[in-house]
Amino acid sequence: MRISEQWLTEWVPVELATEDLAHRLTMAGLEVDAVEPAAPAFDGVVVAEIVGCRPHPGADKLSLCDVDDGSGERLQVVCGAPNARVGLRAPLARVGGVLPGDVTIRRARMRGEASAGMLCSARELGLSDDAAGLMELPADAPVGRDLREWLQLDDSVIEVDLTPNRGDCLGMIGVAREVSALTGVNRVAGEPAPVAPSIDETLPVELHDPAACPRYVGRVLRGVDVSAATPVWLQERLRRAGVRSLGPVVDVTNYVMLELGQPMHAFDLERIRGGIIVRQADQGERLQLLNDETVTLQAGTLVIADHQGPVAMAGVMGGAASAVTDDTTDIFFESAFFAPEAMAGRARAYGLHTDSSHRFERGVDPAGQVRAVERATALLQSIAGGQPGPVVTEESAAHVPQARSVRLRGERIRQLLGMDIPAERVSDILGRLGMDARPEDGAWQVTVPAYRFDVAIEADLVEELARIYGYEHIPSTRPASPARILPHSEERVPLHRLRSGLIDRGYQEAVTYSFVDAAMQELLDPEHTPVPLANPLSAEMAVMRTSLWPGLVRAALYNRHRQQPRVRLFETGLRFRGGLDTLEQDPMVAAVALGPARPEQWGEPRRDLDFFDIKGDLEALIALTGRAHAFRFTAEQHPALHPGQSARILLDDQPVGWLGALHPEVRKRLDLDEPVLVFEIAQQALQAARLPGFTPLSRYPSIRRDLAVVVDDDVSAAALAECVRRTAGELLQDAVLFDVYQGKGVPEGRKSIGIGLILQDFSRTLTDSDVDGLVAAVVTALRTELNAELRG
Amino acid sequence: MSTQRSEELQALVQEALAAVREAGTVSGLDEVRVAYLGKKGRITAQLKQLGQLPAEERPAAGQAINAAKDEVQAALEARRAELESAGLEEQLARDAVDVTLPGRGQDTGGLHPVTRTLDRIEALFASMGFRVAEGPEIEDDYHNFEALNIPAHHPARAMHDTFYFDATRLLRTHTSPVQIRVMETEGAPVRIIAPGRVYRCDSDLTHSPMFHQVEGLLVDEGITFADLKGALHDFLEAFFEQRLEVRFRPSYFPFTEPSAEVDVECVHCDGGGCRVCGNSGWLEVLGSGMVHPRVFEYCGIDSERYTGWAFGMGVERLAMLRYGVNDLRMFFENDLRFLRQFR
Repeated sequence: MRISEQWLTEWVPVELATEDLAHRLTMAGLEVDAVEPAAPAFDGVVVAEIVGCRPHPGADKLSLCDVDDGSGERLQVVCGAPNARVGLRAPLARVGGVLPGDVTIRRARMRGEASAGMLCSARELGLSDDAAGLMELPADAPVGRDLREWLQLDDSVIEVDLTPNRGDCLGMIGVAREVSALTGVNRVAGEPAPVAPSIDETLPVELHDPAACPRYVGRVLRGVDVSAATPVWLQERLRRAGVRSLGPVVDVTNYVMLELGQPMHAFDLERIRGGIIVRQADQGERLQLLNDETVTLQAGTLVIADHQGPVAMAGVMGGAASAVTDDTTDIFFESAFFAPEAMAGRARAYGLHTDSSHRFERGVDPAGQVRAVERATALLQSIAGGQPGPVVTEESAAHVPQARSVRLRGERIRQLLGMDIPAERVSDILGRLGMDARPEDGAWQVTVPAYRFDVAIEADLVEELARIYGYEHIPSTRPASPARILPHSEERVPLHRLRSGLIDRGYQEAVTYSFVDAAMQELLDPEHTPVPLANPLSAEMAVMRTSLWPGLVRAALYNRHRQQPRVRLFETGLRFRGGLDTLEQDPMVAAVALGPARPEQWGEPRRDLDFFDIKGDLEALIALTGRAHAFRFTAEQHPALHPGQSARILLDDQPVGWLGALHPEVRKRLDLDEPVLVFEIAQQALQAARLPGFTPLSRYPSIRRDLAVVVDDDVSAAALAECVRRTAGELLQDAVLFDVYQGKGVPEGRKSIGIGLILQDFSRTLTDSDVDGLVAAVVTALRTELNAELRG
Repeated sequence: MSTQRSEELQALVQEALAAVREAGTVSGLDEVRVAYLGKKGRITAQLKQLGQLPAEERPAAGQAINAAKDEVQAALEARRAELESAGLEEQLARDAVDVTLPGRGQDTGGLHPVTRTLDRIEALFASMGFRVAEGPEIEDDYHNFEALNIPAHHPARAMHDTFYFDATRLLRTHTSPVQIRVMETEGAPVRIIAPGRVYRCDSDLTHSPMFHQVEGLLVDEGITFADLKGALHDFLEAFFEQRLEVRFRPSYFPFTEPSAEVDVECVHCDGGGCRVCGNSGWLEVLGSGMVHPRVFEYCGIDSERYTGWAFGMGVERLAMLRYGVNDLRMFFENDLRFLRQFR
């Protein structure tokens, strides 16, 4: 909403500096986005009349104008505008005058002819974008008068970004009400005098949906001269409000809307067949709108129809066929109240948004229709003449929103704000906002006018008081409510600890979008069908991720394409699996790594990253839970992972994630020619921790025995360790796998594994014979169960 | 002892001492010891010849030879100590390293700046007794809008460009639905913050389709707007680690009444006006207000007994101000050169 300060002060004569006024509005919840001058700085520009005009002898497109600038002297001015003609009044920048952009006008010779000033277009004065020709001033513009003065251009436009609850401020009348409440300056009564009808013609109006349109006010106006020019002052006000001038009828309806907040429409009376019917559209009815678009109407859309079909989309836009044209002489004014509930979202459903729909959706004053018609009649009559008929109101009183009565308790003000507002301020503030507040032992019975759709309950009144009284005058205190000690489970690894663990192992945290490219998703997690967005921004953000890998791999690629030799990224966040009705939104921890195992350094040779690097990183996280023994890795196939380098992660035998190298085919599709290692695991699995419990330490020494056994390739280290643990029994403190060897000395298809057994007893020092027996048992078990041989 | 014998012994000692002095290594010194004091050593040989002397001369001669032996032995030991110490120094010199060479091992990664900021916000509110609550990101219309007093077709919905899945399921447009979920299940009192991802169907220089918010909610008896002012002022000063002017400005959120936007004095220009604050001297950082009675009603909380306030803030916005990041999109490109700046 663009507010001309001049226009506003006509309604409420405040004497505040513009900046102060803007600040007060902002601090009352009418946020000021910008304050602009109504016109840029220029000086020495007067109203002038062209009294002679002939072609320039030396240039086809220029003319020589004799100009009367009111000084009594005739000036010769060279002009290139196509509309330069005798009798035209236009702005003249005199010699010595200054145009916007600090351009000083000098006496000049153009193609050999003297020019004593410059005739200006509206654009050259910064008043509009119209550069087609000279700015045409009305024939009665006072020659010689300073243009700034005459157009009252020393005005500011305050641009307010209104919140959707303040439909009442979408007219000057509402802003004036706010300013009055804020400053204590009384508002000028704005009730226009009724214009007496001079003919008795009316148009019948029927309301078929009184809930959606409970009041419709109309008036016939015959003999209107649509060729009359809109007065400059009115054009100027429209311009400052950001509305184009389109002829007297439309200008008047727009002006009334800006002033009173009531959108209006003018029909060409001749094009209305029979009478007006306000009704719901029939499915499939067609209507060509003023913007020349033809829409197919859907049920649930309110239309203005005549006896043959729709002529306007109610409260949104008029129809082309019934619009006022250059040939119109008789018009029909519409000023209606459409219920906000009936209007909400309707314009949007057709991709439309108009000044009118914007206001009706937020709610216009249900009592303002007659006032608007009277104002419009008076204005239009003064510009374009015409004989008005009587104002006709068709209404369903039961459906018209009425003033509400809301009780406001002093103690509730204190309970919500933490302070009291003096009783006389309460009455004064509410009174200036148009609300009658009747005191009633410590409370008020407040009558809220119907145009304040946003004030319905006590808390709304408290807000009204607080914002006018000023939030800055409310004290700043500390909550009295006692802080309780928060529960803090020790059997839970905090997420930040997991993040720190990865960071300390060289991973950088990433945050990637939760919606991903469907193709990338299919490549990395083909076994899960993602949930698609109904209205994605782009194909790259079309489906919800079923895994964190697509985002992370994409981020890794992004960095690889920017000369980063080594990428290690992790992310924590939700993945989305299942259909909409079976949706699981599970928090995961995932990582991707590529490039050398270690950063390039002098002290270690370069080594390619492999499976066990990233497994080590994951195991470091698992170790934080204190439950490493409950986790297992089993060789399983995942469609995106290398068949020989992929493991399912199990916790207490339940699958909780995957670890592995990307499948070479997948890598090829991504144009990556080096190993890429990834893991993804449920946060839950890494967060469930063990509360530490003390175990006494043995006072006796331990004994270590190393075994080297040769087994078949397909015997897993896990199976070997399990067999050792089971047979060694309680004396085994630890089994260290210290060597895996294949090659010379070990038969093809077999491998040698070195295990160190650390044995200890709690009650005595172990002897060699104790240990020898135990080791022999282990070796036997390994041989029988796993076909293991001791390596000689 | 005859003079001649005595002179011979002296010469032998001098010779041995010279050999000791000349020995350059511990092993060379050992050879000297063997040559003079070993079993077949020359001074040892003198002792062996004692028997051939007349009995009356033997004690004196024996004494002299033992003295000579002790003298050589002492010289040997002194020289050995000398040689060993020199050897250690040499060894130490050989073991010296270039201490300016970089250490061996792994890089350290870092937190994403958004997480870093979230952690900070969580820590500050935890010190005020706020617990972290979480909720789903794929939400239903009821929790995201309806129960927050934003009915269908409400103009406020136009402020939220929503990603939909179907008629009732959507990506949450704010973290406010967590308020509803917590109050629904736990009732009053409540003291939570809800950090997390939120989504709006909008993407340009200053809008990202995904970003982060932290919602805060305090519900109890006797909670007032004045408390909201105090708590948020405290938070903002603690977050930016400086004294700041903070202003509360009336605004509109359907789920709070009264509602307030919170502006802080621009942390770049200290309120003087600059590009970051659009020359206003103020930065809009938070939305807040007193919980709307209708929201309490949806959650079955008695709004006559309990009052409460809620607030919501944009995490990227705070991170940008705190670290001077000038491009929102960088947060989600995950460029390592950007991310590494925050470790």
